[in-house]
Amino acid sequence: MTLVQGALDWLGDPANWRGLSGIQQRLVEHLAITGAVILVAALIALPLGILVGHTRRGRGTVVALTSGVRSIPTLGLLTILALNLGIGLTAPVLALIVLAIPPLLAGAYAGIESVSVDAVDASRGIGMTEWQLVRAVEVPLALPVIVGGLRSATLQVVATATLAAYVADAGLGRFLFSGLKQRQYSEMLGGAILVATLALVLETALALMQRVLTTVPPDTGRP
Amino acid sequence: MNPSLHRRLLQFGIAALASVALVACGSDDSDPLKDSSSSKTSSGETIVIGSQDYYSSEIIAEIYAQALESADYTVKRDFKIGQREVYVPEIENGSIDLFPEYSGPLLQYWEPKTEARLSVDVFDALVEAAPKGLNILDQSDATDQDSYVVTREFADEYDLETLEDLAKVDDKLTIGANSELEGRPNGPKGLEKAYGFEPAFTPIEDSGGPLTVKALKDGTIQMAIIYTADPSISKNDLVALQDTKGLFLASHVVPVASDKLDDDAVAIINKISAELTPEGLVALNAESVDKQSPAKDIAKGWLADHDVTA
Amino acid sequence: MNWLSQNTDLVFDLTLTHLRLSIPPILLSLVLAIAIGYLAHRQRFARGPVLTLTGLLYAVPSLPLFIMIPVVFGTPLRSGSTMIIALTIYGVALLVRSAADAFGSVDRSVHETANAVGFSPWARFWRVELPLAGPVLLAGLRVVAVSTVSLVTVGAVIGIQSLGTLFTDGFQRGIQAEIFTGVILTILVGYLLDTACVWTGRLLMPWTRPRPRTNSRAPLHVPADVAGGAR
Repeated sequence: MTLVQGALDWLGDPANWRGLSGIQQRLVEHLAITGAVILVAALIALPLGILVGHTRRGRGTVVALTSGVRSIPTLGLLTILALNLGIGLTAPVLALIVLAIPPLLAGAYAGIESVSVDAVDASRGIGMTEWQLVRAVEVPLALPVIVGGLRSATLQVVATATLAAYVADAGLGRFLFSGLKQRQYSEMLGGAILVATLALVLETALALMQRVLTTVPPDTGRP
Repeated sequence: MNPSLHRRLLQFGIAALASVALVACGSDDSDPLKDSSSSKTSSGETIVIGSQDYYSSEIIAEIYAQALESADYTVKRDFKIGQREVYVPEIENGSIDLFPEYSGPLLQYWEPKTEARLSVDVFDALVEAAPKGLNILDQSDATDQDSYVVTREFADEYDLETLEDLAKVDDKLTIGANSELEGRPNGPKGLEKAYGFEPAFTPIEDSGGPLTVKALKDGTIQMAIIYTADPSISKNDLVALQDTKGLFLASHVVPVASDKLDDDAVAIINKISAELTPEGLVALNAESVDKQSPAKDIAKGWLADHDVTA
Repeated sequence: MNWLSQNTDLVFDLTLTHLRLSIPPILLSLVLAIAIGYLAHRQRFARGPVLTLTGLLYAVPSLPLFIMIPVVFGTPLRSGSTMIIALTIYGVALLVRSAADAFGSVDRSVHETANAVGFSPWARFWRVELPLAGPVLLAGLRVVAVSTVSLVTVGAVIGIQSLGTLFTDGFQRGIQAEIFTGVILTILVGYLLDTACVWTGRLLMPWTRPRPRTNSRAPLHVPADVAGGAR
């Protein structure tokens, strides 16, 4: 496996880590893109998902919408957006937000809907307002599922953020494209290892978070 | 349990596996354009024609394909293969028999340190450099050359005519081009070596297409590589800066062929090269971009106007 | 729609090619995921590592995966086989967890009853466990179908033709109609295969046919959603 050895050599060379197009810089960019995308997508998807889960209205629409959005090919969306918005990060970030919304939305409404009827009824019984019910009962109980959606979204965005390099000078995808186009497979594979490692780290962190949230239910907990 | 379920599942499983096998077998030639059912062949072998992942290259390859087909050769189209770094190895190992190439860049691929710059020198060097088993056919007058372009406003602002004039620009320039340019001898590092300034680089993977032009006009990049046969240079009033230090090699359309092409086939392809003019190539490209015609129709139209029978 | 009217043949051919590249990995990953998932379910100690490892395969970006597959399997880079193997790997990554969970959700007592009635392990798998795991598997498979169809398009970047070719070509020539056509057809093909999954599911598992108006608080399936667009 000389290819793998080449990739490890590439990763081990300190010269590749420094500078404006070095690994360090690209890692930071990649993380920044992922973070920004997840943040914006969560701001859109979570309130909407919680609303749908709580009111049980428009669930059919949201389910159809998420499954429709999920089938949009990101590469196609990216090229259309780029042709209209120009180069730079705007187009890839928008395309990635579209990618991240379905799992976040699904996690939110499924999480809220999975809260037991008894808990909801009991909370109403003790005179909680709808807002209190959402904030103090439904959301805390739904958190593990919501974080599950966050986990899926993050995994996808980290892997797909490589496409940003199609139209912008940013992210770990730069190593993939320039490696591919120039047959520098050690660079390309090295870049891939970085992306996969980054995904692994984020995945582990979120999985831990999910476990903590699942095993220590808030005291408004189950009957 | 439903007693018929087991059987049903089993049947479904078998059907599924069978269809996997069928589809997997069929999918090896993933070329949707394969209408290569011409009957008789002179050599008895199929000629595989490739093209770059660049619409202009595809049009020329399609002209080759249709001309050979009307002379009763069997051809297989394997178009849009990406950039040189991906497809040249496939030409070298014999999986592609005919490919419309560009003399300068191909020479630089095989001999990065070449000193040749002028059309004839480049062609001679290319014939020398070609690996065994590959034939460089006649080069066409038609050129499609990398060139560094700027907008008219930018050129006027700094009074730019040549790449040397860029020394007058104080701000750091950013170049937009396909990512492979970054590592090529005429990329940012080549500019520094020849002209003494190193620009920033941003990848735009559309081969100097509309997004690159948009980026130039938006001012997000100041300079881009656009091919000289691209109709968008005149359409968008872009200025190609003269390459006084010979960063770019003369770049003519030149067919690379394997030994599978017999003399008649070679004669047909050479005839095409002779008939293809620089203006003609720009016109072909314009048909693709402006009229949005498919390569098949553009090639057909061109062949109707030009006699290429050997 | 000038472009579309001149290119209907191309669009039709590319749609067929797209289907040809999408269907085998969907079926292959179902078969493999059932096998791996069942194994992970039966061998408790293997469950954690197997699920984590296969799940992580999904985090490998597709472009380098396309490059690695020829090295490992000896397929030509720009071939349908490379694509099919890559997509099967993603499909398995998505589906193994669903499969293991699906088998895990089969009630212990059902298991024991089957043994008591004298089913062999093989018969128990085919006639009890697989049918009972069916609905959850189906839900996972639907996600795999849609995500596979969308991922096929990325192959265009390395020269494997599909509806994704319309993106790269339209991008270079600045023809938005071409890109739109590609996007819409990709969505339609995804919808088509998703529907095919649903109908096949109903055919094979008639007991899961939707009943009119169930309790709105009915347990809801949490989407097996690690899937999505291309990368």
